[in-house]
Amino acid sequence: MRLADSLWTEWRIALRFLLDNRMQSLLIVFGIAVGSAVIVFITALITGLQANVIERTLGTQAHIRILPPDEVNRVLPAEPGSHDLRLENPRAQRLRSILNWQEVRDALDQDRDVLAVSPVISGPAIARRGVARASVALIGIDPQRYQRIIPLANDLIAGELRVGAGDAVIGAELAEDLGLSLGDKLRLDAGEGREAVVDIAGIFRLGVRELDERYVYLDLKQAQTLLDLPGGVTVIDTRIGELFEAEHIAARLARLTGLRAESWMATNGQLLNALASQSMTTEMIRVFVGISVAFGIASVLAVSVVQRTREIGILRAMGSPRGQILRIFLLQGGLLGLVGSACGGGVGWALVQVFNLFGPRLFVIPVDPTLVPLAMLVATVTGVLAAAAPARRAARYDPAVAIRYV
Amino acid sequence: MSDVRPAPPTDDEVLRLAEVRKSFNLGTALETEVLHGIDLRLQRGELTALIGPSGSGKSTLLNIIGLLDTPTAGELYLLGQPTRAADDATRTHMRNQAIGFVFQFHHLISAFSVLDNVLMPLMIRQGRPGAEQVELAHSLLAEVGLARFAAQKPTQLSGGQQQRVAIARALVTRPPLLLADEPTGNLDSRTAQSVFELFHRINDQFGCAVLVVTHDPRLAADCSRTVELVDGRILSDSQIPG
Repeated sequence: MRLADSLWTEWRIALRFLLDNRMQSLLIVFGIAVGSAVIVFITALITGLQANVIERTLGTQAHIRILPPDEVNRVLPAEPGSHDLRLENPRAQRLRSILNWQEVRDALDQDRDVLAVSPVISGPAIARRGVARASVALIGIDPQRYQRIIPLANDLIAGELRVGAGDAVIGAELAEDLGLSLGDKLRLDAGEGREAVVDIAGIFRLGVRELDERYVYLDLKQAQTLLDLPGGVTVIDTRIGELFEAEHIAARLARLTGLRAESWMATNGQLLNALASQSMTTEMIRVFVGISVAFGIASVLAVSVVQRTREIGILRAMGSPRGQILRIFLLQGGLLGLVGSACGGGVGWALVQVFNLFGPRLFVIPVDPTLVPLAMLVATVTGVLAAAAPARRAARYDPAVAIRYV
Repeated sequence: MSDVRPAPPTDDEVLRLAEVRKSFNLGTALETEVLHGIDLRLQRGELTALIGPSGSGKSTLLNIIGLLDTPTAGELYLLGQPTRAADDATRTHMRNQAIGFVFQFHHLISAFSVLDNVLMPLMIRQGRPGAEQVELAHSLLAEVGLARFAAQKPTQLSGGQQQRVAIARALVTRPPLLLADEPTGNLDSRTAQSVFELFHRINDQFGCAVLVVTHDPRLAADCSRTVELVDGRILSDSQIPG
């Protein structure tokens, strides 16, 4: 007999057995549905939340920053046979340019992993308006390039992203602190007598207080003059395609350029740690919910196998092979998993929509279209696996004994 | 005592038991032999009653004949094929092909309709039954007087009706051998009589070998042949001519 023909019979018997024990089947389907709804909802929630947190974090940061190597004390090696006792003061890191940064920029432009490159010069200064003062960070940028790293234009709340020739773009908090609005003048003092007066061409709000009250964007030339690094840049910001490969790519870029490369993953270690713990917690919840669902299916089928001992004996006596009996019960497990998770997946999806519509609305949870089908697949496979033990037991019944079972 | 010795099987021979022995708890201190060398031959068209007191080994013998159990020694030929050495899959297949079972407690599958119950041996054999086979099942139900009940669940039927469904089910594969284990054991005497008449009719109509285990001496007297089993031996094997 072909397997397809045999499966027709098995499918019919499995379905009939499940429908015959209606209450039992309904209860376990309900249990599976609750389990899958929890899994779908929590997976969508956590995935959405994490994507949102990462997106927000990286909205104001470069993925990899290329920096000049730290300056270190050079010490002569001790003579052989002598001891070397040393008290060393680490050197102060002065602001300095990346050597040959134009070549580094061009090399990075060609790199396969790097999507965008923006040379930046940044350093400290004091901003003054009248008697009010604020410490700020001067950021000299090439707007076109920088825009591809941090889309600053999207965060402007007033004016435009214009930084050339005496123009500057500042954060909203700084504007508030110093009482500045568009077109006002601001004096920047970078120390040692280097000063400039700039017009406020735009005001931005990145949503990170630290940045909104400290960043002052200029063009490269103005910033280079103020920071006394003519023609230099202090850092090259880059954006990459594979976010979570940042560590590897950074290591490779460091070897390529001979400079220091800092990935966002290294600078946001705490955040990533928190996200990883969160993922692990979610994973544990999913695994334990999955296990309890599997045990539910297994116990319902174990009971069913005992209840149907005589009927299994009859089927065997009428010439049903062991494999057929096995498949009848495996199919029941799979069917329970499939139907339960289809209901549960729908409920989980609906919960996400409810959360998006009526929840705190801090962020929107997108539902991956493969999430529900994937949950159903996993639940079906779990059902089949959970049915394995009861099904084997059923297939092993001795028909002569099973028929007489009361 | 049967005097059947190995002889060339005729075309009519359905079943032959040669020196069949069965022991339980083999190799332990509790080893007991319950069948002591049974020789038996069943032919097409024979309606044989197997009688004997309880504990005489009737059920064990029926299980062995039905390929639900294996003899400890001796051989069982079904349609001329030896079966003792066959593996479970082969024996299962032979059961489906050659044997129809009717059990004492009718044992229909309650989840299925009466018609599906009748068709079950065919579904097991080949999957979805063909139109002709469904037709056959209907005509068998008509034969046992239950044409109206095809769509009902077995639980809606009386005991005698359920037993007749079980008989229709046993016949749907047109088996050469029909085994019935006390088919009237839990039926009242009138219903029992009608069920037994059905066996007679089937035996005439289908020409299969029918072996009925029964306690009821009146029913046994109705059969063309009576085999009496006592203490694991065939005590008598009487044929009523005609």
